[in-house]
Amino acid sequence: MSTRQDMELIAELVAPGSRVLDLGCGRGELLALLRDQRQCGGYGIEIADANVLACVQRGVNVIQLNLEEGLALFEDQSFDVVLQLDTLQNLRNTEKMLRETARVGRIGLVSFPNFAYWANRLSVLLGRMPVTKQLPFEWYNTPNIRVGTYVDLERLARKNGLRVLDSFGIQAGQVVRTLPNLRASVAVFKFDRG
Amino acid sequence: MQHYTGGLPPDSEAAPSTHKLVRWLGAVSAAILRKSADLFRIAGALKVPLKRDAQPGVRTCSGAGFCFSEAHMGSIGHVTPQRMQFTQPLPLRGGGALPAYELVYETYGKLNAQRNNAVLVCHALNASHHVAGTYEGQTKSVGWWDNLVGPGKPLDTQSFFVIGVNNLGSCFGSTGPMHPNPDPKAGGRAYGADFPVLTVQDWVDSQARLMDALGITQLAAVIGGSLGGMQALDWSLRYPERLRQCIAIAAAPNLSAQNIAFNEVARRAIVTDPDFHGGHFYEHGTLPRRGLRVARMIGHITYLSDDAMDAKFGRELKHNALSYSTQNIEFQIEGYLRHQGDKFSEYFDANTYLLITRALDYFDPAQEHGGSLTRAFAVARSKFQLVSFTTDWRFPPERSREIVKALVDNGLDASYAEIVAPHGHDAFLLDDPRYHGVLRACFANIATALT
Repeated sequence: MSTRQDMELIAELVAPGSRVLDLGCGRGELLALLRDQRQCGGYGIEIADANVLACVQRGVNVIQLNLEEGLALFEDQSFDVVLQLDTLQNLRNTEKMLRETARVGRIGLVSFPNFAYWANRLSVLLGRMPVTKQLPFEWYNTPNIRVGTYVDLERLARKNGLRVLDSFGIQAGQVVRTLPNLRASVAVFKFDRG
Repeated sequence: MQHYTGGLPPDSEAAPSTHKLVRWLGAVSAAILRKSADLFRIAGALKVPLKRDAQPGVRTCSGAGFCFSEAHMGSIGHVTPQRMQFTQPLPLRGGGALPAYELVYETYGKLNAQRNNAVLVCHALNASHHVAGTYEGQTKSVGWWDNLVGPGKPLDTQSFFVIGVNNLGSCFGSTGPMHPNPDPKAGGRAYGADFPVLTVQDWVDSQARLMDALGITQLAAVIGGSLGGMQALDWSLRYPERLRQCIAIAAAPNLSAQNIAFNEVARRAIVTDPDFHGGHFYEHGTLPRRGLRVARMIGHITYLSDDAMDAKFGRELKHNALSYSTQNIEFQIEGYLRHQGDKFSEYFDANTYLLITRALDYFDPAQEHGGSLTRAFAVARSKFQLVSFTTDWRFPPERSREIVKALVDNGLDASYAEIVAPHGHDAFLLDDPRYHGVLRACFANIATALT
């Protein structure tokens, strides 16, 4: 999650009172926001010790797990919404996790950096991997092991039989619905199992 | 020889490393336990008041920030055990009842006017009610969880009224097998092997009665590690309205076959010792030391990780060269284990060891629910904080995750921290900053909710 504004845009997609599972919940800001403003309950999954501590300090339910090990802990369709924000690109088993998100949640909500954003394209055109606010890492130290675009995710969702309920881009805290693959640095997808 | 960076608790389930420390602690803890047992015998009064003036920072300051820094990570100071008599029989899960009994306990901090800031600390296999602080005149008599409990510590006695209670059947003061059997047929003999077999549930029932007697309707939290964690879980299942937070550390929803197997080896070692005398060794003026030594040695191995043991001892030799003997101590690890066994056999009661390992074996809350832990936790109402340690092979993280799953299935408020720690099961007694950080945050939230 890059900014507070982005986070609030995502939060608006979650129906009030939902039972939420936030995969890669970081320091628990979004869960706290959903709890305080939208009366949502649920859990965050996080691997990093410092983030787990921050969640406990916030009074947010957090379960320390490695997402690469899957979501065996959670029953089918046991959450109203499963959030996977800014996490998918860090995982080795991206496709499996997308399927798992749809299995555990009635609705899946995924956001990730769009590598086809025009500034990224320009950077590659000029011979360098992009280093931006959304992608602040150098090619040799990035945790983003999956490099994908808005359009790529759309195709992956279709391949896995997921139904896209809504999708848009986010650029500088604003929703981008026209040419999002080019104009937005963040891609957002809301889907279910169809 | 390598040393741990973490602090080593004096009453760890598997006590600390390095030979000097081992000898020092051996002498000290045996002395403490003997003396505290004496103390209980001497203390005739029903309730011995705790010395409350032993808390630095509680009364001496008014400015909150200043106060905290002064009291930060302070010791609770001198503490005094108290005892409570219960005359109403305690019905037991295994049938029958314990006709009358005494519980020894300690308290730290102050119960507030609303009586809602009490935290119960449940002990594991070989610990006691002496959770924190020291006994006057015995500077080395530090409580077994003193790194966690005290002014400014994660379980802050400036906010909470902390209660440590010695479980029934123990050998540290509460009614146990070494005490006189009230049955007229016993003719005034000690219970010995006739002490009723206890379960985690029986302990929790007795603890609940102690809370009644202390005027505590609802606990702010129940916390425990290992077998203590099982008691905390049982509180959440059988007295769901009587606690707001359950904290179970290095716990498991039941013992695995391997766990039970280790317990059985320990029990056989004790029971087959000729000095055991069918559990009535008290009247023979002897102790089944050989059995207890072996029991402790096997238990001790399981509390440490392979890596931790290797880091501490490796293949280090006791002497400069091998003596090519099957009986002598060749490797340091052998000497260490024998020392632990010797120490334990002097202060721990054989019947208590049998009772406590059996209570561990029996604990299985899912059993009454067709094996479904999820169904078992349907009645729970409290919040939960679970912690496990990656190298704990006695109660490994997978076992805590089983509990987490049951909590999540029931939509209960729960957090779970899986701490990467090298020390094995005993990590729950050490002061790893990530582990204590989580507990500190958990208690801080409870304290905030109090005000």
